[in-house]
Amino acid sequence: MSNKRQRILPGFHLTLGICLTYLTLLVFIPLSTIFIRSSGLGWESFWRAITSPQVIASYKVTFGISFLASLTNAFFGFIAAWVLSRYRFPGHGFFDSIVDLPFALPTAVAGISLTALYSQNGWIGQFLYPLGIKSAYSLIGIYIALTFVGFPFVVRTLQPVIEGLDREIEEAGASLGASRWKVFWKIVFPSLLPALFTGYALAFARAIGEYGSVIFISGNMPMRTEITPLVIVKFLENYQYQQATAVACVMLVISFLILLIINALQHWSVLIGQAKN
Amino acid sequence: MKYIFCFISLIVFSPSLNAIELLNVSYDPTREFYLEYNQAFSKYWKEKTGEEVIIKQSHGGSGRQARAVIDGLDADVVTLALAADIDAIAQAGLLPVNWQSRLPMNSSPYRSTIAFLVRKGNPKGIHDWGDLIKPGIQVITPNPKTSGVARWNFLAAWGWALKNYGEDDKKALDFVKKLYRNVPVLDSGARGATTTFQERKIGDVLINWENELLLAIKQFPDEYEIIIPSLSILAEPVVALVDKNVDRKGTRSVAQAYLEYLFSDEGQRIAAKHFYRSSNPEILAEFKTRYPEIKTFTIDEVFGGWSNATKKFFDEGAIFDQIYLN
Repeated sequence: MSNKRQRILPGFHLTLGICLTYLTLLVFIPLSTIFIRSSGLGWESFWRAITSPQVIASYKVTFGISFLASLTNAFFGFIAAWVLSRYRFPGHGFFDSIVDLPFALPTAVAGISLTALYSQNGWIGQFLYPLGIKSAYSLIGIYIALTFVGFPFVVRTLQPVIEGLDREIEEAGASLGASRWKVFWKIVFPSLLPALFTGYALAFARAIGEYGSVIFISGNMPMRTEITPLVIVKFLENYQYQQATAVACVMLVISFLILLIINALQHWSVLIGQAKN
Repeated sequence: MKYIFCFISLIVFSPSLNAIELLNVSYDPTREFYLEYNQAFSKYWKEKTGEEVIIKQSHGGSGRQARAVIDGLDADVVTLALAADIDAIAQAGLLPVNWQSRLPMNSSPYRSTIAFLVRKGNPKGIHDWGDLIKPGIQVITPNPKTSGVARWNFLAAWGWALKNYGEDDKKALDFVKKLYRNVPVLDSGARGATTTFQERKIGDVLINWENELLLAIKQFPDEYEIIIPSLSILAEPVVALVDKNVDRKGTRSVAQAYLEYLFSDEGQRIAAKHFYRSSNPEILAEFKTRYPEIKTFTIDEVFGGWSNATKKFFDEGAIFDQIYLN
C-alpha cells in the first residue's frame, strides 16, 4: 500500500502538469526567444536601439495614450457595465452583444472604418475638424482607436461582479439611513474596485500591443504619432531583427512592471474591502 | 505563416497530382499581371513539352515576402520590387550572390518609374518635383521605413534635387526636408497611401509607381490625372530562381523557363498591358501612347546600388530619421 497523501481535490498533479506545459509552450518559450534574440546585439547597440530619440518618442505615445484610453474605458466601461447588469430596457440584448464587437472585428477593419469616420471628410470628423479637433492622423486618432479596442475588457470583467453583488447589503445600508450616493460610494464601489482594476489592466495591456487598428488612423509621423509596435515593424522591414527584439524586450519589461503595479493595487483594494467588512 | 501556405497549397494541389507546381513569390502590384502571364506560360510550356504546369502566386510587401522565403516559404522563383530584397535571400544562402547576372537585362524584365497623381484639372498646378515643396501643397507618400515604393519615391526626389541644385548633398537634404514637411500622413504601405489620397481625399498629389497610377486612372478616369516629372528614377523590379528550393523540388528547368519567358515578346506585351514599361525598346514603342518618354536615372548611377542607398538614407539614425529630428 502506498503511503502517498491524497489531496482532497483529485487531479492536482495532472492539471498542474498540463497547465505548466501549456504555459511553457505558449507563453514562456516564445517570450524568452525575444530576450535570446536580442542578446546577440551587445550591450552598447542594445542601448542605442532602445534609446534612440524616435524610439523614446514612441514609448511616450504608446504608454501615454494607452494610459488615457484605458482610463476612459474604466470610467465609461463602468457605467456601461452598470446599466447593462442593473437595468432591463428595450434592446438590452442587442446592446449587450454589441459590446463584444471590438473583440471580434479584425483590427485592420476597425482601423479603416474608424479612419473613414473620423478623418476630415468622414461622418464624425466633418463636425470635429471645424472645432479644431483633429480626430484622425493625430494623437487623438490613436486615442480613439485604443479606446475602441479596450472597451469590452472593462465591461466584461465588471458585469458578472455587479450581477453577483449582494443586494441585501445595499438594502441594509439604505434602511440604516445612508443616502443613495453614500450606499454607492461606501458599499458598492469598494466591492467593484478589484474587478475595475482587472478590467483596466486588460484594456491597458491590449492598448499597448495594438498595431492593426492604430496604424491606419495615426498618420505614423516619426517623433509625433508613431507607436512602439510600428517602430518594431520598421526594424523588421530593415532586417534588423535584433533591434526589433530589443525594443520588444523594453515593451515587455515596462508592460510587466505596469501590470505588476496594477495587480498590487488590486490586491490592496481587496484587502481594504475585507478590512472594512 | 509558412504552415498556412503549406496547408493552402495542400488543398489546392491535391486534385492535380500529375502537374508540376511552381510557387512564384511576388510583391503586391504584380497580382493581375502574373495571373495573365501564368496562363500564357502554362500554355506555352504545354505546347513545348507536353507537361502540365500550375503556378501559384503569393503577394505581399516586397520585404515581408523576402523574409517569408528566408524563413522557409517554398518559392521556386521570387519576383520582387527591390534587388536588395533578393540580395537578402542570397545572403541567407538560398541562391548565389551573383543572381542578378544570370538573366538578361540585369534580371529585370519589366520596369516602372515614379510619377505623380493629381486631382483632375491639376488645380494646384503641379508639374515637377520642385512644386511639391511649395507652401500649402499636401504630398501623400508612404513611410520609407516600412514601404518599398516609398524608398523609390524618396530616392527619385533626392536624385532630382541633386541634378537641380548642382549635385549638392546639403541642398538635396534641404529639399527633401521641405518635401516631407508637406506630407501630412505617412502610411505604412503603398495601398494605404492610395486609400488616403483616393478615399479620404487627403492631399494634392500622390507619389507612386507609374503602374499603380495607370491603374487608378483606368478605374477613375474623370477624377485624376498623371503628371510625369522632368526626371525620375528607373525602378527595376527583379526576378530570380531560388536554387535551394528548385533543386530540392526538382523544378529547376521549368522554373528557369518561366523566368526566361518573361523576356519573350509575349511576356513583354503582357507586362506592358498591365502597366509596366517593357525592357524591350521595340515593345515599349508599341505602347508609346500609354508610356510617355521620361528621363530617368538608376539607383546604381546615382547612389551606387541599393545597399549603399539603404545605409545612407534608411538605416537607423540615417538621413531619413534626421529629417524628423529637428
